[in-house]
This record gives sequence, C-alpha cells and structure tokens, in this order.
Amino acid sequence: MVDREKVSALVEKAKLESLEEKDILINTLHKIQDYFGNYVPVEAAEIVAEELGVPKSKVYEVLTFYTMFSIKPRGKYVIRVCVNLPCHVTGGREIVQILQESLGVNFGETTKDGLFTLETTSCLGLCGVSPVIMINDQYYGDLTPRKVKELIENLRKGGDER
Amino acid sequence: MIIFINEKSFEAKQGQTIYDVAMENGIEIPVLCHHPALEPVGACRICAVEVEGMRNLQTACTTKVFDGMRVYTSTQRVFSARKTNLYLILKVHPNDCMTCDANGNCKLQELAYQYNIKIPTQEVELRGLPLDDADPFIVRDLNKCIQCQLCVRVCDEIENMSIYSMVERGYETLPQPAFGMPLKESECVFCGQCATVCPVGAIVEKPAIGKARWWETDKTTTTCPYCGVGCQIDVFVDKEKKEVVRVYGSAINPDVNDGIATCVKGKFGLDFVNDPARLKEPVVKRNGEFVKVSWQEALDYAANGLKSVIEKYGSESVGVLSSAKCTNEENYLMQKFARAVLKTPNVDHCARLCHASTVAGLARAFGSGAMTNNLKDILQAQVILVTGSNTTEAHPVYGSRIKKAVRKGAKLIVADPRKIELVNYATLWLRQRPGTDVALFNGLLHVIIKEDLVNKEFISNRTTGFEELKRAVEKYTPEYVEKITNVPKEKIIEAARLYAKAQRAAIVYSMGITQHEHGTDNVLAIANLAMATGNLGKEGAGVNPLRGQNNVQGACDMGALPDVLTGYQKVTSPEVIEKFEKAWQTKIPAKVGLTVVEMIHAALEGRIKALVVMGENPRLSDPDASLVDEALSKLDFFVSMDMFLNETNKHAHVVLPAASFLEKDGTFTNTERRVQLVRKAFEPVGESKPDWQIIMELSKRLGYEMNYDSPSQIMEEIRSLTPIYGGITHERIKIKGLQWPCRTLEDEGTPILHTSKFTGPDGLGKFHVVEYREPPELPDEEYPFYLTTGRILFHFHTGTMTRRSTISKYLNTPYVEMNPVDAQELGVKDKGEIYITSRRGKVKGIVKITEKVPPRTIFSSFHFYETPINELTLAEPLDPIAKIPNFKVTAVRVEKA
Ligand code: SF4
Ligand code: SF4
Ligand code: SF4
Ligand code: FES
Ligand code: FES
Repeated sequence: MVDREKVSALVEKAKLESLEEKDILINTLHKIQDYFGNYVPVEAAEIVAEELGVPKSKVYEVLTFYTMFSIKPRGKYVIRVCVNLPCHVTGGREIVQILQESLGVNFGETTKDGLFTLETTSCLGLCGVSPVIMINDQYYGDLTPRKVKELIENLRKGGDER
Repeated sequence: MIIFINEKSFEAKQGQTIYDVAMENGIEIPVLCHHPALEPVGACRICAVEVEGMRNLQTACTTKVFDGMRVYTSTQRVFSARKTNLYLILKVHPNDCMTCDANGNCKLQELAYQYNIKIPTQEVELRGLPLDDADPFIVRDLNKCIQCQLCVRVCDEIENMSIYSMVERGYETLPQPAFGMPLKESECVFCGQCATVCPVGAIVEKPAIGKARWWETDKTTTTCPYCGVGCQIDVFVDKEKKEVVRVYGSAINPDVNDGIATCVKGKFGLDFVNDPARLKEPVVKRNGEFVKVSWQEALDYAANGLKSVIEKYGSESVGVLSSAKCTNEENYLMQKFARAVLKTPNVDHCARLCHASTVAGLARAFGSGAMTNNLKDILQAQVILVTGSNTTEAHPVYGSRIKKAVRKGAKLIVADPRKIELVNYATLWLRQRPGTDVALFNGLLHVIIKEDLVNKEFISNRTTGFEELKRAVEKYTPEYVEKITNVPKEKIIEAARLYAKAQRAAIVYSMGITQHEHGTDNVLAIANLAMATGNLGKEGAGVNPLRGQNNVQGACDMGALPDVLTGYQKVTSPEVIEKFEKAWQTKIPAKVGLTVVEMIHAALEGRIKALVVMGENPRLSDPDASLVDEALSKLDFFVSMDMFLNETNKHAHVVLPAASFLEKDGTFTNTERRVQLVRKAFEPVGESKPDWQIIMELSKRLGYEMNYDSPSQIMEEIRSLTPIYGGITHERIKIKGLQWPCRTLEDEGTPILHTSKFTGPDGLGKFHVVEYREPPELPDEEYPFYLTTGRILFHFHTGTMTRRSTISKYLNTPYVEMNPVDAQELGVKDKGEIYITSRRGKVKGIVKITEKVPPRTIFSSFHFYETPINELTLAEPLDPIAKIPNFKVTAVRVEKA
C-alpha cells in the first residue's frame, strides 16, 4: 500500500520548490521515485495525477518519455550504459558484455538480490572519456571491463557508489 | 488574398491552411493525422507539399497561407517524400486487409494502393503487441497504429476525458491509456469517438466486427433517438438485412455535436432496433395471452374498442399518451387524433414528468418555455452555473462541451447535492440539502441585490416586478439560507459575486430543478437570477433547461399537452379553437384536459376507461408505480403502439407494432429548439409500421379521413397552423436544422431568444416572488434517508432501448449509490443487497459505495425493472402549477437485505 499522505506531502514540497508551473510534475515524480527507491509505483502516480489535477494518462506519458523514470521496481543501483556510437566504438560493447555477464541480467531487468538494474541511455555528453556508464547519479568514464568488474564487486560488498 | 496551387490561382482567406484551400477547390492532398473537427498538429507529414521559397517540404494541414504563396502538390519531391513515409509505416504494418474491419474505409490502404507501395513479407517487422478487447465496445490493435494521435486528440479536445497519451519515445510511441491498462480499467466512458476517428483499423467498433464490409453498408445521416442534445449521426446499415452495423458522429452540423461527437448511447446504443424481441406483427389479448393477428383485424379491433367506450362513457373517458420519443409529425397527428377524432381533451406525454415546470415557469417569466440560448454558445460564457443537471451523464456531448468551456477559462459553479463529475471542474461547489433550491437561489439574489451587482438598466427597461421581489428576498440572508440549505454562507456570497460580476453568465439546469413539488418555483427563482443580472438575450448567457428526451421539446411544440395546441396556442382561446376547427373541418374540445398523472388517477377512480399509449412506459417511469399498474389493469380498453412488449403494455388489449426511428422519416426538435431531420435507413422490420401511418389507419376507421403521403406533407400542415414553425419545411432543415421561432420561409430561425424583448404581449420579463417551502416529505425517524433519482450515462429511462443494445453487455444491473459512512453503519458491502422502503412500497437494490452522495442520501436510477424505484416515489402532491411529480425528494428507510 502506498501511503497517500506521504505522496501528498511530496507533491506539496515539489510545488513549493518548483519555479515554474510546468516543472511541478517532473519534480514531483523525481521526489517520489527517490522516496520509493528508484521507481514510481502506479498507485503513487495515480495520487499525483489527482493531486495535481492532470489526467492519469499524461502522468504516464511523462513517466515513459524520460528514461530516468520507471514504474517497475528497480534495484538499489541503476546502471545505465551509454549505447551511442562514440561509446560503442571505444569499447562500449565489451562493457555491455561484462555487465550482463557479471550481473546475469539483460537490459531492463533487475538482479534477483534487488541490488542492480541494467538500463541503456543515450549519449551523456561525456564522449571525451568514453566509454561511459552511470550508476544512479554518478558518472564513470574511461572504463575497461576490469574497472567495471571492480565497481560491481565493491558495490556488492556494500561499498559506496564512489 | 490569392494563392497559387500548381500554378493555378485561388481565392483564399487569412488563417486558412494550404490544405483548407486545396480541399475547398477539389485539389487532393492526402492526410492521415488531420481531422476537420480537431486542431491540426502536423504529425504524420503525409500532406507534405512544396512551397516556393521554402527549403523544406511543408505540411499542408498546418501551414497557413499568405498572399501570393505558390504551392506545388504533386512534384517528384513531394511524391518521393510521401512514398518514403508510407514505406516506413507499412514496414511495421500487418498485411491483414482481408479480415480487417477498416477494409474499405482505411486511409492507409487507399494510399498504399495509390502510391503502389509493396513490402515483401519477410521485410515486415511487426510490433507483436497484444489486442485490447476487454470491453464490449472497442477493439484496439496497436500493431496497426500509424501514430497519427487522432485518438489522443479527440479524447482530449472533444470528449475531454484524456484517456490516452502517446507513450514511450520516437518511433515506438503509441497511444495508451494510463499505465498501459485496458480501456475497461481506465476511466473511459466509451463514447467511441476514438474508433470513429482512427483512420485505420487500430481502433474499431467491436459490435460491427463480422457484420458487413464497408462497401456493403449504406450511410444514413439522422438524429440520435436518445437525449435532447440531438446529435447528428451517420448510421451505417446493411439495408438487406435491415441491420445497424456501426454509427459515426456526423460532420454535418458541428454546432450540435462538434462534427464528430457522440456518447456511448448514440454510438453503441442503436442496435436495439435489431433486438429479436421486436414486435413484428400486431397482437391482441385473448384469454390473457397475446396472439398474432393481421393488421386489418388489429386495427378494426382497436377502433371498435375505442368506439364502444366512447359510446358508453363519452369521449372524455378516453386518455391519450403521446410520446417524446416519436417524431413531431407523429405527435402532431396523435394530438389531432385525440382532439379531432376521439374528441377528448385528455392528451399529454411524459414531458409532464420532466420539464412541465420549465414550460410553466419560463412561460410565466419570459413568455416562452424553452431554452433561451443554444448549445454552441456555452463556449462564450465566462461563468456557468450548473444545477440539478448531471450533464456529463445525462447530456454527455453537452457535458463535454461544458468541460471544454472550463478548459478555455470559464468559471464553473455547480449547485448539486451529489458530487457529480462536473464538480471536479468547478470553482465552487454548493452542496445544498435536496429540495432547498428556492432558498439557495433567493439567497444568491439577496447577496446580488445587497452588493449592488444587479443590472439596473436591464431591470428597468426590460422587466417588471423587481421591487416586490427585492422586498421578498430581504429575509434570505446568507445566514438564514445556510441554515436551510447547509451551504456555508461564505460560499453563497462567493457564488453570488462570481455569477453576477460576469459579463456573460449562463445557467444550465435539468430535472434536479424541475422534478419537485415546487418545481415551477425553482424555475422562477432561476429566471429571477438571470433577469436581475441581465443575463438574457445575449451570447454565452441565458437560462438553459436541458430537455431529457430526443423529442420532448417537439412533442410539447406539437401540442401533445392537455392545455395547448401546436406552438403553445391555448385551448382556452376561442380564436385558436376556431382556427383549428376550420383547418381540421370538425369540432374539437375547447377545454383543458387531464395530465399524465391525473389520467392514471382518473383510471383508478373509473373516470378514464380507455387509453391510447404511443411509445411510453408509465409503469416504470411514473411515480408511485404500483398505482399505475392497478390503474392500467382497470381499463376497459387499452391500445398500445410500441416496438416492444413492456411493463406497461402487458395490460393492453391490442398492441400495434411500431417502426423504429431508423425506419421512418420525420423530425425531432432538440433541447435548443432546433428542428432536425430523421431519415429512414431501411424499411420497417417485420410488419411494423411508422406510428404516423398507424394513427392514420385508426383515424380512418373511426370515421375521420387522414391522408398524408409522407411526414413532410404533415409538416406542411403543422407549419400552416403553427406560427413558430411557420418557416419549417423538411427541405429547409436538410443540413443544419432550424431553431424556432422560425416564422416564414425566409426566416433563418432564432439561435437566442429574447434579444430585444421578451415573448409575452407587453414584451417585458416578469419577476416572480417565490418563497421557500419544505418538500412534501422529509426524512424522519421512521424513514431517515433522502432518496433521489436520476439518469446514469449507460442507460436511458426505462431501459426499453439501451437494455436491448450492446450497452447491456457492459452494464445491465441496477445500483443504488450510498455514502461509505452509511454503508458502514448498515453493515453493507459494495455490491451488497439492500431493501429500500418508503410509505408507498418496498424495493430491492444493489449498493454502490461512493462519496458521490452525501451521508443519509441515496441515489438510484429509474432504468431497471429489477429495482423499480418509482414504486417508492410520491404521486402526490404534484406541483400545483405544472402538475409535475416530486421525484427528487422521497423519505425512505434502508435495510440490509
Ligand atoms: S471511447 Fe471516448 S472516452 Fe474512451 S478512450 Fe475513446 S475517445 Fe476517450
Ligand atoms: S490508434 Fe488509430 S487514431 Fe490512434 S494514433 Fe493509432 S492510428 Fe491514430
Ligand atoms: S449526447 Fe444525447 S443525442 Fe448525443 S449521442 Fe448521446 S444520447 Fe445521443
Ligand atoms: S556517446 Fe556515450 S557519452 Fe556520448
Ligand atoms: S496530415 Fe498533415 S502532417 Fe499529418
């Protein structure tokens, strides 16, 4: 069960913090996603629609338009791999391989232990240090399969993202 | 201005698009994402054209013309762009034309053929998405979607439900209800407009599947037979099988239904005409059973039966119920039959039960008892006060328009005890206690006067009686009114200011206002408000009663009322009687007859011995319905004209099978006084006959010749006797109808009444002092709940039509709305059973728990014989002026069953 009051409170907070009317919805969804740990439960999204007086379908539209949102539960760490050309040709392919191997999941899936979700992203504007991945809000560049493996191991052991 | 298309010059207007100009001049430009009823968005780029001086191809549907513009619509570049476009669409499109329901009416199919695009099967990459066919109305196959967004836009712009959005990004983007749910689990109201607008087979009407291919159907443009909006619809039928295949909202008159709109009833509720239970032959009652007989026998029997009652008990022992479902021409003949042939003054119809108080009240205040403004101009209103009308359910297409008005900036005030859907759009919601409307309106007027927000000029130039009224409302202070109505005084003050300060404020109301013992007073109180603020005779204002049935306005106009002949000409006026007697070449009764409810009472008392009923079902629709049952069973003779056997005509001695609205020509007059055509789509089913022919036959047998070749000939007679219909002919109303008063063949009709003076003899509006009085029955210890009744979206009246249509597959059980607080107290669950008891009877109901109703108030529709709610309502006292029963407030007891 999603706590209605909590969601309403987050909506109110986003309203206060948004400078422009049009940002309220996105800011709200960010807050909700953080609160529920990396995803926006459908029930919470419905409450947001009601509170902001926008059609549910429009909330859904925003949730599916931006890759950063998900309505499915995601792992503690969301790993996004840049799949655009510059990263791809500088070793991105191997990075994808090693991630899929060591996590045992495909894109869009979450590991059984609930720790990792693997996703793709388009160019992050860091082509200079390609190949690039993101783990939650953090960027990692100049990657090699080895470095990636270490990162994962470290997180598994309970280490920080950094 | 002048523009050039393919080197030829054309006249064009500022604001037109290239596509508009091309269309006007018969130059073909293909479109996929464009629909004339919707704002253009330029999403599909199939309409690309070259414009001199512009580097890129331009989309013709969005690009505005300018003087001297040079456009090329069929260059090589244009063709190859279109081909590429089509190629991309077809590359993911199932090659399924042979079983697709859009086959023959698919824009993609046409273009693929025209541009000769062939894609080898192995190159087609299908999306592989599942179908959504969870509901009985619509099948969505997004594998066929061409991403034109028309469905999203029609649901946003016209229906104002916003069920769909384009989900995901880029080439994967597809229209989906929120969270990818099936339509059935969304808030979709199944208006079906997304299916009407989809240019391909991605959204189709489920009932049509497998019935007939597009080229096997014929299109008839006609008027919806359900509510008073009078939507224009294109009905596609299989003429041979006499079967309805599908219905589209027609583009013929956007003023009425936006060039596309329908609600679920218009779109999916018409297949009742194909119900196997249709009466196909006349039947007479023998030993308690109906047996089939020939027309000859049935008509002779009916005529002789009426004749012998008249001989024995006199003409006035016969009552005639005409019908708000039938055409104007039929209503005209029916009242003529009553007056000129049977010689009885007792003719009425179900308008008595819905808007008799409107007709009486507005006639007193303004001199004319009809909606003052029109359906279109609500979009010009700055403030809209909706009261006693659950518009989005009872008049759905107009309800959507009110939402649109709000979206465009109008402020909405809702005054209603129930939390109807429009409350979500309202700036202010006044939740008055049922039956306290007069106090509420007087309270609003009190504030308006006190704060000097009245329109002095209007009052002094155009009205009388204001000073007296002013004194009378002095005592209706916000504090006093709060006590009566339970509406907080601040809200009363705020609402009064909002309404009175607007330049253009419209009042919209319906049966929540009229169906009271003080219904006429309610109407007068509303009229007072509008006159005091000068909100009459101009666009976006007025007093707008929404008439319930397709032709209840027309049935009244035609004189199917006991006190007036056609066009509200009084039976008490010797000149009127003389005129009609001369025209009809016979004597007619010059007195006021009995109303519906009075006829039933008279039958109980043995004063009415015979009834002729055309297309009505009083057994379910009238108050205190078991009395109706008793009354009907006491009749010596009862002639029914109907499409079906129902709760009423099971008492009949003879039932004459009537043709449906699709099987005859004629006219309906909608709530905005617009007379519109009803056109025949196929021949009458079985041996049924249109009511007008049945009446002619009966009349002949009773010694009065009626000879008309067609309904348009009947309209000629109506026109000659009815000043407000003087200019109405079938020929003139072919496209957009005409709004009465329309007095001559040159008269363009009257969209807004009372623009410079009111209709009465002195041309002045009349204020009336109305005092609040308590409803005749209030909750007490023994009967502690309010019961209020009304219509729901999916059904209509006694269900004789909707329950025989596709809609019954979606919803076919009654429910009674109850507040969660009460449900908990009574220990009933959602869908649990209850008994509802009033001083008159006891019925069983199924509970729907909802905050829509306040605590201690339950709501039930009257559509279902399983919960015949009118067993509980009061047949007495009636409104003293309009004789309308008090349906909206009944005291009941509720128990868990
Ligand atoms: S049927 Fe009507 S309400 Fe439902 S999705 Fe289609 S357009 Fe919207
Ligand atoms: S479902 Fe039909 S109307 Fe909607 S976007 Fe697809 S093709 Fe267009
Ligand atoms: S709004 Fe009324 S007239 Fe229009 S389709 Fe619905 S029932 Fe018919
Ligand atoms: S391509 Fe990967 S960061 Fe730009
Ligand atoms: S029809 Fe013009 S862009 Fe689609």
